[in-house]
Amino acid sequence: MTDNQKQEYAADESTDDPTTDDMAIRTDVSESVSASGPTTSGAPVVRAENVDVWYNDDQALQDISLEIPENQVTAMIGPSGCGKSTFLRCINRMNDMIDAARVEGDLHLRGKNVYDDDVDPVALRRRVGMVFQSPNPFPKSIYDNVAYGLKIQNKDGDYDEIVENSLKRAALWDEVKDQLDTSGLDLSGGQQQRLCIARAIAPDPEVILMDEPASALDPVATSKIEDLISELAEEYTVVIVTHNMQQAARISNKTAVFLTGGELVEFDDTEKIFENPDSQRVEDYITGKFG
Amino acid sequence: MSTDDLTQDLTRRTENAPQELLTRSFFFLCAVLSIVTTLSIIVLLTTEAAKFFSVTAPLMGVEGPTASVVDFLTGTEWVINNEQFGVLPLVSATLAITIGSAVVSLPLGVATAIYLSEYATPRARSLLKPALEVLAGVPTVVYGFFAVVYITPALKTIIPNLGTFNMLSASIVVGIMIIPMVASISEDAMSAVPDSLRQAGYGMGATKFDVSVGIVVPASLSGIFSSFILALSRAIGETMAVTVAAGSQANLLNPLNPASYLEGALPMTAAMVNLLTGDITGGGIAYRSLFAIGLTLFVITLVMNIISDLVAQRYREEY
Repeated sequence: MTDNQKQEYAADESTDDPTTDDMAIRTDVSESVSASGPTTSGAPVVRAENVDVWYNDDQALQDISLEIPENQVTAMIGPSGCGKSTFLRCINRMNDMIDAARVEGDLHLRGKNVYDDDVDPVALRRRVGMVFQSPNPFPKSIYDNVAYGLKIQNKDGDYDEIVENSLKRAALWDEVKDQLDTSGLDLSGGQQQRLCIARAIAPDPEVILMDEPASALDPVATSKIEDLISELAEEYTVVIVTHNMQQAARISNKTAVFLTGGELVEFDDTEKIFENPDSQRVEDYITGKFG
Repeated sequence: MSTDDLTQDLTRRTENAPQELLTRSFFFLCAVLSIVTTLSIIVLLTTEAAKFFSVTAPLMGVEGPTASVVDFLTGTEWVINNEQFGVLPLVSATLAITIGSAVVSLPLGVATAIYLSEYATPRARSLLKPALEVLAGVPTVVYGFFAVVYITPALKTIIPNLGTFNMLSASIVVGIMIIPMVASISEDAMSAVPDSLRQAGYGMGATKFDVSVGIVVPASLSGIFSSFILALSRAIGETMAVTVAAGSQANLLNPLNPASYLEGALPMTAAMVNLLTGDITGGGIAYRSLFAIGLTLFVITLVMNIISDLVAQRYREEY
């Protein structure tokens, strides 16, 4: 860990000091409130404004603007290739790693544009955790998997306790408490994904991004993950990409529907999207007429 | 198509058709050739070495001077003219070359592999990989001259009492020689680490360094260890470079003492070259000592390879 990052972390610890420009992400209430959308219940944690994404010359997202409310589950649905995962990866700047990808527009995390030049994507990703499509635990022990984020961030605190709490919140503790030293790869697929969720929440991020977290799992494991996501929303802001519409309907508070061409067609409360969407295209998609 | 036609068609035997039989036999012979060669070498080494030792020489019907196994394995003097055949000075020199070249090649090789696998842009890779392959393709005798003509004089400006032939430059040059082996096998292992693990790391807010050293290297440990052991086997068996650079004084040295690298020594392979090129008489005891050294060397590298396999299995991760 570089000195610079240590400073950042030290600044993080000093809580709500708005003068720190450490990683330049901070709560900026006035800006958030002034820009609150019509249906937003809490202050938006993530606010996208006119976000465009290109992969070389292909436009993957067109003019996306939306606000993701705090401590709720926001689902992104849409057919394959509609750009929903691309949008998710804009939030923690994982798209930076694809050379061909280019992002334009503003994407604010609590009022700070994460695409500003002074934002370090590493520091950003420590605030925005991510769970991937297929379980990808490290080839390390269960304990080391969960403690990984704490270690790379040099966090203080009782790691044993944090690991235990994270595993409990991920509904995995009872199954693995006697085998914390065994490899995370020895677990079943569903357990591995819950381990990845425990790993993501251990460093206590503000937002958790989930990229089709249950698509590689069987129905029983899927339902466990879904229960878990609803519980996580009590403490975290969860953004989940799924192509399973029933899943979105079951677990999310708000739903964004992306359709082919990288357009955000409709974004509203989940109930409204599924029962009475404004857009005919969304209705067609949800009722299975296309996509 | 009638049932008879169909039956005939389905029951036709292609397996033992002449051209199948021919190609199968050809490939089988090619595969067997390497086994036969290996076995012949082992038989030659053991039978000739048996003529060297006093225990087994009578069984082989050999008359004349022989050496005792104990003297061979524990003797500290290698003086052919006095018929003193203690292999320890040669083994110590080989060990010194191995340790010295490991110090050079393992860190540099792994660092190169990390750079190639994790940091290098495609353009940098496309320049570096061929350069490494060229390094691997240089004839080893050239490395030997490089050590004597370039490295030793350069080192002498720092260490004035360095001998013309010394273990230090021999170790360095063998180390440079095996860097490509460590780097390319380690890099293969690192490239085989699934990208999803790197994504997981970056998604947690890991830096490039965290991901490279904390995730990719541990996940590819089995490949990295294999590369070490294969490269060190190569260092043990390396011949021309050490024959040219290390000198021909069979000194018993302590491979763990840095000072012992300042003088020359005679590694096992170099001793064999000296025996072959010197005026030894065919069939004499000096000639047969060649095979005793060869057998010792063979056993050492064989053990290294077995360890390599065991280590690779022990640390292998399945994804």
